[in-house]
Amino acid sequence: MLNFDKEYFNIGYLDILSYKNTFVHRLDPRVKLVTTIVFVFMVVSFPKYELSRLLPFFIFPVFMSAAGEIPVGFILKKLLYVSPFVLFVAIFNPLLETAAIYNLYGIEISGGWVSCISIMIRFVLTISSALLLIATTSFPGVCRALERLYVPKVFVVQIFFLYRYLFVLAGETMRIVRAINMRTFGKKNYGIKIFISTIGLLFMKTVERSERIYHSMCSRGFNGEIRLLKRDKTGFADILFAVAAITVFIIFRRYDITKILGELAI
Amino acid sequence: MHMADALLSPAVGATFWAGSLGVITFCAKKLKEKIDDKIVPLMGVLGAFIFAAQMINFTIPGTGSSGHLGGGMILAVILGPYAAFIVMASVLFIQVLFFADGGLLALGCNIWNLGIYPCFIAYPLIYKPLVHAGSNPKRIAIVAMISGVAALQLGAFSVVIETLLSGRSELPFGTFIYMMLPIHLAIGAMEGFITAGVINFVRSARPEILESVSVSKGLAPIISLKNVLAGFLILTVVTGGALSWFASSNPDGLEWAIEKVSGKPELTGQENITHAHKQIQEKTAFLPDYSFKRDDEGSAKEESREVWPNISAGTSVSGIAGAIMVAGLILLFGLGIKFLKIKRD
Repeated sequence: MLNFDKEYFNIGYLDILSYKNTFVHRLDPRVKLVTTIVFVFMVVSFPKYELSRLLPFFIFPVFMSAAGEIPVGFILKKLLYVSPFVLFVAIFNPLLETAAIYNLYGIEISGGWVSCISIMIRFVLTISSALLLIATTSFPGVCRALERLYVPKVFVVQIFFLYRYLFVLAGETMRIVRAINMRTFGKKNYGIKIFISTIGLLFMKTVERSERIYHSMCSRGFNGEIRLLKRDKTGFADILFAVAAITVFIIFRRYDITKILGELAI
Repeated sequence: MHMADALLSPAVGATFWAGSLGVITFCAKKLKEKIDDKIVPLMGVLGAFIFAAQMINFTIPGTGSSGHLGGGMILAVILGPYAAFIVMASVLFIQVLFFADGGLLALGCNIWNLGIYPCFIAYPLIYKPLVHAGSNPKRIAIVAMISGVAALQLGAFSVVIETLLSGRSELPFGTFIYMMLPIHLAIGAMEGFITAGVINFVRSARPEILESVSVSKGLAPIISLKNVLAGFLILTVVTGGALSWFASSNPDGLEWAIEKVSGKPELTGQENITHAHKQIQEKTAFLPDYSFKRDDEGSAKEESREVWPNISAGTSVSGIAGAIMVAGLILLFGLGIKFLKIKRD
């Protein structure tokens, strides 16, 4: 129960973060979306055994969280929560591939370990950038960006709607589950019958709600399309940000900055 | 069954994105042709319903593991394939952004694996022909379970196929199939069972609700087996062509995501967050049963050992020094921004 409240709060917290007013938050959502997608592409495009050239890419999430005033601890906690799945897959590599590819003062490091660590670095980079995208761009902002990037309007309206009612229905669910918990004295295994009727009940409540929503929308002149009032403008700062970020990504992709720095140092 | 960015190559990710976006556009067009305004709020709220329903978990008796609703099947039954696909895609989209499930690039694969099969295979080819308005609850339950199993098996299978296409997985094809398909047999049956249970429950409690919903469904899905097969044939050719071209020109590392039954917060009981860990444990428990064909695998590795250039210690040391410097510089960069911000305030 407590955990549900916490998770519920977490979605809300990401939403709250996205309404801050910093340089990153003020950027055009389209610019942030495109930059993040380019970033993800660059990161995953590295060959399997790449480590050193991935490291400089941390600059992007670090920049987004520092400039966007997003608490690093919160992002790390979210990463930790979803990491078991990727870790579970990646851990097979050291088991299945034991041929050494590095030799560090007599200690042989197998290709499996290198590719496993490479996967984990990719995981942190790609997932943190996706989280930071939503933490620095309000959800309606992402929707507007999608709409102006020619994603079908039906889909944009759909995610917009889903997001709006996510919180409402989560609250409804919380009440239902609380009621069950009280009547079952915290017994965990209350059986599939109750489970199914709970979901059925939730479904009926949902449909009834959508009918009320539909009627109220009709009375406000709804004709199958949601009109978004706010328009984003791509200014000089936005273009500068996108060009600078993508240039940096391309440089990092092409040149092994880590190796160059290391050779300079030694 | 969420794919992850970290385990994906750009070629495979982009191909599946193109496929999924194409189907979204197609569905959007279909919906627009014959749209009933009423379905717009219904789709949105049902998307939220899938989320909310996933938060409720139940314990499968005797196993100690828990299950929840996946969503694809029930949406297809209620909304019809076009609207259901859009809703499913939107659910996965929000999961990526707010729950960090998979990642932006893997979203294309996830929409494909979890949306296409229930909406465009299992529903029109299995559920729709076999269940009619007058069907009795038992029939609905059995048919829904078959469709659920079919959809989930296809999804799991396409995860394996995607692995093969990307070609760099350390997990051998056979092992991977063994790991994926039996688990998804159970998940699919569960999905169908819950779907049928909810449909039957609502039908007995408030039959008019389902009727009102199916009226607003509006478009009768006319999907014949021939069309579906033709569509898939074209897609296979296009995908295969695109992928092989990418694969030869861009031999990138692609690792492989096994699967994730669910990652949703759940709310029975007290140990919700450990749900994820529990599932991992369940899966690792399966593994000792499977042999990894270490023998021939091992000898192949021995040979490839010589092929790998042993990188000299000097290069590795400069690599590590460089890594430390990069880390330090990025940290300084971040702290610098923070410092400037505090100073300005």
